[in-house]
Amino acid sequence: MEGFDRRYVFVVILLVVLIPLLAPLGLPIRVSKEVVGAYDAIERVPPGSTVYFACDYDPATLPEVHPMSYATLNHLFSRDIKVVGACLWPGGPPLLEEVLTRVGEEKFGKKYGVDFVNLGYKEGREVVMVSLGKSIPGTFPADFYGTPVSELPIMDGIEDFTDVAMIVNISAGYPGTKEWVQQVQSRFHVILAAGCTAVSAPEYYPYYQSGQLVGLLGGLAGAAEYEKLVGVSGTATRGMDAQSLGHLAIIVFIVIGNILYFRSTRSRRRTRG
Amino acid sequence: MKREVPLIITAVFGSFMVIEYFVPHPTVTSFGEMLQQWAIIVVAFAYVLGVANIVRINGEKISRRSKDWPYAFPLLAGLAFMLTVGVVFGVGNGTLFNDFYLYAYAPMSGTMFSLLAFFIASAAFRAFRIRTVEAGLLAVAAIIVMLGRVPVGAEMWDKLPVISDWIMNAPQMAAKRAILIGAALGAISTGLKVILGIERNYLGGD
Repeated sequence: MEGFDRRYVFVVILLVVLIPLLAPLGLPIRVSKEVVGAYDAIERVPPGSTVYFACDYDPATLPEVHPMSYATLNHLFSRDIKVVGACLWPGGPPLLEEVLTRVGEEKFGKKYGVDFVNLGYKEGREVVMVSLGKSIPGTFPADFYGTPVSELPIMDGIEDFTDVAMIVNISAGYPGTKEWVQQVQSRFHVILAAGCTAVSAPEYYPYYQSGQLVGLLGGLAGAAEYEKLVGVSGTATRGMDAQSLGHLAIIVFIVIGNILYFRSTRSRRRTRG
Repeated sequence: MKREVPLIITAVFGSFMVIEYFVPHPTVTSFGEMLQQWAIIVVAFAYVLGVANIVRINGEKISRRSKDWPYAFPLLAGLAFMLTVGVVFGVGNGTLFNDFYLYAYAPMSGTMFSLLAFFIASAAFRAFRIRTVEAGLLAVAAIIVMLGRVPVGAEMWDKLPVISDWIMNAPQMAAKRAILIGAALGAISTGLKVILGIERNYLGGD
């Protein structure tokens, strides 16, 4: 084991991830109740309403959580729901802009400032969340492009969270889902659905069980399940085969590693005996 | 005075923000909103300090030829470049800033994160040893959840996702809830200690 070159492990992982991406296996995706919860919550939002889209991630987690933004925005725009997007992560605004343009403008023909807006980034984390609950235009006086929000038709009648049907939060850490639950959902009693990285999803299960989160998308699997619900085959669906084989490979490594470990311990004991 | 004034400010404003949560009177809430705006402005200054720090530390690194000093050049050049194109040409769709952000920074950043997969696999092979019963339980639970969360698990055995869901919704959630409650109680205790001036580490210095 000591002399084992770990580059073999790297090559195996590269192959099990790369091959299914090039030649998909098409394994069926099962949708969990947490994802259905998020989907149903958006289904209940009446067309023409406004949803606050909190895009709290940056390019580091883009492959894992960006598909969630694509899938949920597909659902929102397909139901003619207006989207007010903003970020609490400095690296977020260009990603939000990209997904809003691709899905809203290019796919559904929605108009910036009328059907959707990118309010950009504001530093202050939890303070900004609470401040949004008091006044959205007061917290974000101008959008990503510097246009005063008072000049944007979408912001007519939007003062605070009582004017939005729900919040959809896609996050990759702090500030993110936990803070939206603690600072906003519990304080302003607004409906909240969330998507997060797979590693942080277990932390948010208690919030889902308590009803503070109406739905939870965990990692690439959550995004793929949502894509299935909205009938879109995106990067998450394509990535699920790679993730399946990746998980299998890691399990095989754990098993092989332990077999080798027990064999070496036994032979050491024999040598001593 | 150097220590007393910050302690008094913390005690007064900290207590006020606690009261503001429970008292929805317009006078209280409007003052609370003003304090929040102050906080946002003060925090924004951290970015100016951050940029100044990066320039100072990396500038010194280059001038002193410290370890890995050549790497400081692309860092400072990248900072200056993105700052300049963002300020001069704007940051929206189709701008130079956006193109560099989406087609250079984003893939590089994603690549760094994806390296985790290789290190996790390597660690699973070299370090995940089942030496005790507890480690065995952890390994079994991990394998079930790892398989149950991906499509291949259901293909292998249709009960795997059901067992995985039970692990996530019963033992995992119970443990996580206990941790959350413990952390919340700890946060309340620390908050009170800060407001009352018992915890003073945030003041820095000696």
